Amino acid sequence: MNLLGKLDWSAIPFDQPIIMGAGAFMVLAIVGILSWVTLKGYVPYLWREWITSVDHKRIGVMYFLLALVMLLRGFSDAIMMRAQQAVAAGGAQGYLPPEHFDQVFSAHGTIMIFFVAMPFVIGLMNFVLPLQLGVRDVAFPTLNSVSFWLTASGVLLINISLVVGEFAKTGWIAYPPLSELQFSPGVGVDYYLWSLQISGVGTLLTGINFVTTILKLRAPGMGYMRMPVFCWTSLAANLLIVAAFPVLTATLGMLLLDRYLGFHFFTVDGQGNAMMYVNLFWVWGHPEVYILILPPFGIFSEVVSTFSGKPLFGYRSMVAATMAICVLSFLVWLHHFFTMGASADVNGFFGIMTMIIAVPTGVKVFNWLFTMYGGRVRFEVPILWSIGFMVTFVIGGMTGVLMAVPPADFQLHNSLFLVAHFHNVIIGGVVFGVMAGYNYWFPKAFGFKLDERWGRASFWCWLIGFYVAFMPLYVLGLMGMTRRMQHYDNPAWQPWLVVAAIGTVIILGGIVSQIVQLVVSIRHRDRLRVTGDPWNGRTLEWSTASPPPAWNFAVLPQVAERDNYWVTKQRANAEQVPPLQYEPIETPKNSPVGFVNAFFAVAIGFALIWHIWWMAGLGLFGTFLTILIFAFRDEDETEVPEAQLAQFDRAHQSEVAI
Amino acid sequence: MRLRLLATSLISALTLAGCSEGVLSPQGPIASAERQVLFNSLGIMLAIVIPTILATLGVAFWFRSSNRRARYRPDFEYSGRLELLVWSIPAMTVLLVGGVAWVGAHDLDPGKPIASTIDPVRVQVVSLDWKWLFIYPDQGIASVNRLTIPAGTPVSFELTSSGVMNSFFVPQLGSQIYTMAGMMTRLHLQADHPGTYRGLSAQYSGEGFADMRFAVDAVPEAAFSQWVNATRDAGPMLDAQAYDDLAKPSEAIAPFTYRGVASDLFNQIVSLAAEPNDPARLADLATQRTDK
Repeated sequence: MNLLGKLDWSAIPFDQPIIMGAGAFMVLAIVGILSWVTLKGYVPYLWREWITSVDHKRIGVMYFLLALVMLLRGFSDAIMMRAQQAVAAGGAQGYLPPEHFDQVFSAHGTIMIFFVAMPFVIGLMNFVLPLQLGVRDVAFPTLNSVSFWLTASGVLLINISLVVGEFAKTGWIAYPPLSELQFSPGVGVDYYLWSLQISGVGTLLTGINFVTTILKLRAPGMGYMRMPVFCWTSLAANLLIVAAFPVLTATLGMLLLDRYLGFHFFTVDGQGNAMMYVNLFWVWGHPEVYILILPPFGIFSEVVSTFSGKPLFGYRSMVAATMAICVLSFLVWLHHFFTMGASADVNGFFGIMTMIIAVPTGVKVFNWLFTMYGGRVRFEVPILWSIGFMVTFVIGGMTGVLMAVPPADFQLHNSLFLVAHFHNVIIGGVVFGVMAGYNYWFPKAFGFKLDERWGRASFWCWLIGFYVAFMPLYVLGLMGMTRRMQHYDNPAWQPWLVVAAIGTVIILGGIVSQIVQLVVSIRHRDRLRVTGDPWNGRTLEWSTASPPPAWNFAVLPQVAERDNYWVTKQRANAEQVPPLQYEPIETPKNSPVGFVNAFFAVAIGFALIWHIWWMAGLGLFGTFLTILIFAFRDEDETEVPEAQLAQFDRAHQSEVAI
Repeated sequence: MRLRLLATSLISALTLAGCSEGVLSPQGPIASAERQVLFNSLGIMLAIVIPTILATLGVAFWFRSSNRRARYRPDFEYSGRLELLVWSIPAMTVLLVGGVAWVGAHDLDPGKPIASTIDPVRVQVVSLDWKWLFIYPDQGIASVNRLTIPAGTPVSFELTSSGVMNSFFVPQLGSQIYTMAGMMTRLHLQADHPGTYRGLSAQYSGEGFADMRFAVDAVPEAAFSQWVNATRDAGPMLDAQAYDDLAKPSEAIAPFTYRGVASDLFNQIVSLAAEPNDPARLADLATQRTDK
């Protein structure tokens, strides 16, 4: 038996200049950063303050950074695809053979959904939730760190697939029988499955953690109907995570059993049924869409209300709409495959259920509109993203409802019209929301604002780039072009694909502007320095210092109203606030358990992908040992003394007073 | 500004898309009805979506903080009437589009035969790696990567796959439907006029997917009979052995025909796939796929 399983030198594609170039760049970048960090002597700092940190704010920032890096990777895939389709018309084959093109679009989808959109959203929830709830951390701080590092393990595995072996050539949904051993004998699908399984565990733990936090840890006096809407939408999203992710894990688990142990859940032979995978996948997949979009809905609610200087219009409606979406999202999955041949009654039912979701979503749009109505709208960067979202998202919503009409879907299913639709809602909804949230909460996280001019540049590039890149895809879908084509023979499609490629370049301008914005802002941080409340905010996160101390609030706020901080500020002008009584705070101790666990998780994943059984066994044992050692820890909290709290807090108070 | 641009480009795009063999230039009753459904739903929704977009931009602009003429109402956060309006507008829209969806799903159910005085032509479709096999059970012939049908006659399809899932789709004739191994789906289409229409697979199926195209030749009734007779006179025979050869992965196959088809071959393909396969054959297939 081979000690390294299926792994040998042939796994590394030395003959592929593009892959080797990208791989070399990746390795050089990692080695470069690592050696710079080591030489500068930052390792102890990073280890102490970030890698082992269980502070929800630090973990949130790390999630966001991870998503940003992976956005670059996923976007490179997008540019490659657009370039390929712009040239591969008629008899031309383009520069990417099917072997690569198929990996590129599979990696693009997988990365953008699981390793960009998810960590963006989870990162923001991580940072904001405890602050908005007026508490000191999430319910399970160490578990939070474990979740993050498991997500990072998935990211690492998927990036290893670029250089060692291959990635799946099945599309990001990996439908069997194509993804079965019979049709995909390589390690690509295994990379896909194990990176999703490992990061999926992390996501599920996050869901449990946040649901517990919202339900059990709120500032004194904060009843459910006093929670900021972002907390509501996060609650809904995390309930969906808890309900839906086990379905994904089980479904991928069944595919793993097929591939590793010769089971026949979804195989062509042995009475397997691939339709079952398609159903189960979308039972997770559709709620996933709402896991991604609900938190941004909350962000828009906060941003629109803050920058209009008004409370959110129709708070109760918003809450009702959010929870309605949460429940309904489990009743629509079949609209992803009307073309499977189900009966007219089944198709009709799921079509109508899908449209019903549009009702609460429409209510939200109108409520944001009425929030601006009668307000004083300050056109800063976060609200630009929000208005861009409102305009763009209704178009995406409309095309979505269009495809919920079964006869329309019979013609548009799997076409570029569909591709345009879901990018319309994911870019126009999730990405715009994340960018609004990033510009909105960045000053809270770091104590200085992001540069306004580059922020605007980034917004306009993204917005215009989006329309230029995706409106042609709607047209192409109507022209009968289906997705995932490595080349095509219809010359009439080419001009539209060229326009779409230009749009991608404009979006690239948006991403570059974002990076420049970050660099410029860091360099001018002294000029951009802000107090705890730079936007004249309404919710509790603005009542503490920017950046907030490890303990968030020296004294837990007493909540008596919705938009409590706004009300407090109004009242503070009229009456004198009594001096605060400080008491010592217990804060959770840092823990390397998440990081160490991730090390073993990567080892297990890599070993299973390459059938290196001894290494998988060692990895499992290591994980078990790590958790065992953690369970036997003597003390897990440190005490922050009264004096330190009082000193920090007075400094912050005087800062606000200025 | 951006909206006007959008509208103009949308209209010009639709016109352009219309004259280039897409779903907006239907050539049969199913595709025409589906285009109508598309336009109806789009019309209903645009009636609400366009005003919403305009209102969003208008409200945001008018209530800009520098506009001193706009009245600041910092406590305007609830209005029962507006709430009612806000819930009913989308609800009414959905009621209308939902009606279109329900009626459309039944009228245009892929499995529902097309009402016609002419008897339908039966075609059995098998998606293979990476080509299409069309069996004419009543004529006893078969064709690869080219579907010849009589214009003005309903065509009744039964579809399956040899392995990987695909989707049979002729945009100008109407609905697509999945082909799945071990299962049979049904579809009814009709071409109103003679002509050649593009067909493709609309479900990604692996390396040769981009070449899973076929031409649909809709020919006059008489020409169809001629074609059937001519096909019967030439070409190989499609029996179990020939099918096994055909099933081996290959790409961009030039169309050809079989003069005869082993009886019940299609049903065997549907049921064979559902039975345990010989492991040796599976391994063989896997190697072929890797070698490709």
